[in-house]
Amino acid sequence: MSLSLDIRKDFGGFRLDMALEVENERLALLGASGCGKSMTLRCIAGIVTPDEGRIVLNGRTLFDSARRINLPPQQRRVGLLFQNYALFPNMTVEQNITSGIRERLPREEKRRLCAGIMEKFNLTGLEKHRPAQLSGGQQQRVALARILISRPEILLLDEPFSALDSYLRWELEQELMRVLREFSGPAILVSHNRDEVYRICNRVAVVKNGSVDALDDREPLFAHPPTYQAALLTGCKNFSAVRRLDEHHVEALDWGGTFTCGRPVGEEIRYLGVRPHFVHPAAGQTENTLTCRVVQVIDNLVDIIVLCAPPVPDRHQPPLQLRFKREEWAPYQGREEITLYFDPRALLLLRD
Amino acid sequence: MNALAVLIDNWYPLFNSLRIAAVSTVIVFFTGIFAAYYIARLPRLLKGILDVILTLPMVLPPTVVGYFLLLIFGSKRPFGMWMLETFGVKMVMTWYSAIFAAAVIGFPLMYRTARGAFESFDPTLRYSGQTLGLSNTYIFWRITMPACRQGILAGTVLAFARALGEFGATSMIAGYIPGKTDTISTTVYNLWQTNRDAEAMKWVLVNLVISTAVLLTVNMLERRDFIPSVKRARRKEAA
Repeated sequence: MSLSLDIRKDFGGFRLDMALEVENERLALLGASGCGKSMTLRCIAGIVTPDEGRIVLNGRTLFDSARRINLPPQQRRVGLLFQNYALFPNMTVEQNITSGIRERLPREEKRRLCAGIMEKFNLTGLEKHRPAQLSGGQQQRVALARILISRPEILLLDEPFSALDSYLRWELEQELMRVLREFSGPAILVSHNRDEVYRICNRVAVVKNGSVDALDDREPLFAHPPTYQAALLTGCKNFSAVRRLDEHHVEALDWGGTFTCGRPVGEEIRYLGVRPHFVHPAAGQTENTLTCRVVQVIDNLVDIIVLCAPPVPDRHQPPLQLRFKREEWAPYQGREEITLYFDPRALLLLRD
Repeated sequence: MNALAVLIDNWYPLFNSLRIAAVSTVIVFFTGIFAAYYIARLPRLLKGILDVILTLPMVLPPTVVGYFLLLIFGSKRPFGMWMLETFGVKMVMTWYSAIFAAAVIGFPLMYRTARGAFESFDPTLRYSGQTLGLSNTYIFWRITMPACRQGILAGTVLAFARALGEFGATSMIAGYIPGKTDTISTTVYNLWQTNRDAEAMKWVLVNLVISTAVLLTVNMLERRDFIPSVKRARRKEAA
């Protein structure tokens, strides 16, 4: 079970150029809005036709511009969960779900199949309800049931939680995880939420301007994002342009000073990044330190956010955003300056 | 049978108006939906151009529309002459001539309301239907049309009402031949012109009744509650 995709489409001003190999796994497309993630799903489903390239699902060619193959969405067996669930408003829950059955079956048989899946999704009793009468969670379960009853070979999930508040979100995420555990084919989740992506998926593709910017298993990708965009989308807040000095040293142009890095510095490295909670007040270290001016201290729910201006006055950079534990910050309360220590292992070396 | 013939004779303008409006509404219903469905999905420039052309009959004076119709259907014009010589069908000064006038003038009302409905239709419903394996025909009749039902019904009623009241183009292409091509609106005009005010009043009242009924229907369609299933659901929720 696998999906192989290599497509291009010109939207004038925006160009989609995606290549992906998806095995039997849960892949996330992580990217800012408008980067082409959703468009990629629509191309796989056959709603949007790429200009050129090919899409192969389990050995079946869905699209191939060279061989002039373009299966209609009806024949692709691709299950696409829309952001708004796209339930048919004029049909009951039961009619919505049975509309997903592809086989020509007697009505009784369809009813039986539908009852089975409704029980599995905890929807029993809602057969005659219309989508407008359901809660957000119930709507998502109906949409998932409708997709699974059509027996897709791949599941595509387009920002499934983006329209929900955080409480409902968590509940629906649990539901979706259960479905994904039972689903035997590949699944692709489109999202701009890094936490969600980390919890649900085992591999992550960072998408930037219509192309894959970085692709890796989730642990290495979150621990050592290779690119600026990957670092940004996985939650890194602080960046500085760098000049490479040697194998292990860079000059941070936006922060000032020279830094020793935990990993070898390649020629292609353009930025240094550091996550807010990986920087600490210096405790005797002399290397990899920076004395900054405290700009603002913000009391957060569980920690303290401190904004510090690096000692490079002519560079108009946003201040460093750091997060300290309350007890870690307590001794520095009221200080105007603080010396920070950047652990070489916490420094991210980033390509453009 | 005889009684029915007498009844039709006495009320001929009403009968004629209703049959012209009914036939033209059927024509406009299908052509209007067809045009709206395809034009709603065209690129913007082409959509704008076609939109102007198809809406023109609504803003032009009906006499101008009548003039154009006579250019096409007139017995001395190529198409009218061909119809007469080949099929022996006269295209002007018959009761059915008024159908062309009513259809052309009622078309924009149907087309515009239906297009508005199609444009506000959530395309993800169509996409999700397609990915689930539903045929495009099924999606159109069972998902798109029900979702756009209100707009389409409202357009139909408006086109019917407009067809019923058509005067300008109708009097040019069908004329006023009592017992043959007279409609309510042409009857009112001719009775008044010949100083038969009291008789004209009868037809004015008939027209008022019909128009009021049509407007009430439109207002009802515009309220969401009209859809029986929603009404039932609301009632259940309240209970």
